[in-house]
Amino acid sequence: MDFFLSNTDVFVTAIWQTLFMVFASLIVAGLLGLALGIALYVYRPGNLLGNRGVFTVLNVVVNIVRPIPFVIFSTAIFPLTRAVIGTTIGPQAAAFALSLAAAFAVSRIVEQSLVGIEPGVIEAARAVGAGPGRIIFTVLIPEGLGPLILGYSFIFVGIVDMSAQAGLNGGGGLGDFAITYGSQRSNWVVVWITVAAIVVLVQLGQFVGNHLARRALRR
Amino acid sequence: MTSSISAPHAAGPPLVRLERVSKSYTTPAGTRVAVDDVSLEVREGEILGVIGYSGAGKSTLVRLINALELPTSGKVFVGDDELTALPESRLRQVRQGIGMIFQQFNLFRSRTVAGNVAFPLRVAGLGRAERDARTAEILDFVGLLDRAYSYPEQLSGGQKQRVGIARALATNPRILLADEATSALDPETTADVLALLRRINRDLGVTVVVITHEMDAIRAIADRVVVMDEGRVVEQGDVYDVFSAPSTAAAAKFVRSVLQDRPSAETLARLRQNHPGRIATIQVAEIKNFIGVVTTIFLEAGVDAELVFGGISELQERAIGALTYELSGPDERIDAALAALTEHSLTWNEES
Ligand SMILES: Nc1ncnc2c1ncn2[C@@H]1O[C@H](COP(=O)(O)OP(=O)(O)O)[C@@H](O)[C@H]1O
Ligand SMILES: [Mg+2]
Repeated sequence: MDFFLSNTDVFVTAIWQTLFMVFASLIVAGLLGLALGIALYVYRPGNLLGNRGVFTVLNVVVNIVRPIPFVIFSTAIFPLTRAVIGTTIGPQAAAFALSLAAAFAVSRIVEQSLVGIEPGVIEAARAVGAGPGRIIFTVLIPEGLGPLILGYSFIFVGIVDMSAQAGLNGGGGLGDFAITYGSQRSNWVVVWITVAAIVVLVQLGQFVGNHLARRALRR
Repeated sequence: MTSSISAPHAAGPPLVRLERVSKSYTTPAGTRVAVDDVSLEVREGEILGVIGYSGAGKSTLVRLINALELPTSGKVFVGDDELTALPESRLRQVRQGIGMIFQQFNLFRSRTVAGNVAFPLRVAGLGRAERDARTAEILDFVGLLDRAYSYPEQLSGGQKQRVGIARALATNPRILLADEATSALDPETTADVLALLRRINRDLGVTVVVITHEMDAIRAIADRVVVMDEGRVVEQGDVYDVFSAPSTAAAAKFVRSVLQDRPSAETLARLRQNHPGRIATIQVAEIKNFIGVVTTIFLEAGVDAELVFGGISELQERAIGALTYELSGPDERIDAALAALTEHSLTWNEES
């Protein structure tokens, strides 16, 4: 405990690093994944912009990239990370890798959320002369908002998990802290406190997500 | 808004014209012809009923009229536009002039009643003030102004369809397409919605195409009817003519199944057990004292006639139906009686 107290500044820095990684990648992956998920949905044959070629390419890419374990994925894109961020270590490099990896996961969740929308509703919008862009932004997203928000709070947990793994690649944050200051020195108090911090973070994220989803669904 | 068209039968020139239109879908299971070489017209100011069994191609047909589907072959004209020759951007403008309502209402759950009705006005590019004014006006017309800020899930089925109708009419379309618009409603609500469609036709001068598999909806409001079967139009014409004297076998089969005025094979078998004589069905005709005339013919021929099945109902304020008699007596007298029926221009069939 004394050891932990003498390193609180490192702990606080780790918390900030985790928050930075999680929220930066939640926003970037959220937007990239939204675009990719909408594309998967609308290009599916029979849907709004149904196009077998485009859909197949997107679908195969997502299917290949999404299941790659994050530790391997982030290592594999080191050259890209170095080219974009300038380095492969530190929270910014980790956030970059996280954003890319999470975008693929988000895209599937977005697609799943949109599948629940009645096709008749899109038909009704087409029938009054609305074009694809308007339908995407003023029908698809609002109609699927409840499930979308729940999907994002689900992915939030996944990003927290990946951000801890990012610590293994020198990304910093709570995962790094728990290993360097905790398990490697057999200091279990440090590990437990880190666990508690992550549990609080995840619970807060879930709470906010559920609250917003309930409002979107008016329940 | 115009109210110059008051009489429903004063249908004008063709507003919609389909010329040898076919639509087929290719699925992994094979190619399916949903609409097969259909030519038809919808006249300005009329209510046209499109009727047929499920899968007959009715929905596909109506979706060709507002270009939600493009035909595989053939031409579709709406007003002066040939839809089959227009780019998608122009088709969107055409769709703004054609309203559509649906069996499942298809309302936007994320929008209020007013938001649903205002959506087509946004698409049409109206400013806020105009949108609000038109939304209020049309909600008032369908009787839902007090529910403007409700969400669809807070409404009954009948109210949801009224919102659907208000949304479809927001941009003052000349044509309203109703695809099974009353099929999800109870009989009482159905009658209300049909009355509203009639009012839209008469008071606003909107041409209406009503798709349904329910006879009652056609009976209640249609001026003309098109019967579809397996993608083809098998019969079209005045509602009374088509239902009292269908000229094709497919139309006759459909008409009989909805009117149920002739005994089915099972009914006939049951009748035969108690009625050993010859059995004949006579179509109800628009003549004075129809039953009296028929009874007199049998009496004069010396044939004993017993009414065993049948029904007379009303269609467009005229009688329609058929009566089935068991005829007992010598064969030559029965033949003479049947010949006399023909002389009186009555249509009959001897059930085998
Ligand atoms: N998008 C589609 N893809 C494949 N087949 C379709 C599609 N739409 C309709 N069909 C087929 O076309 C036929 C006619 O369907 P539809 O027009 O919905 O008939 P109805 O409205 O009279 O019940 C049906 O056999 C249906 O399965
Ligand atoms: Mg249908």
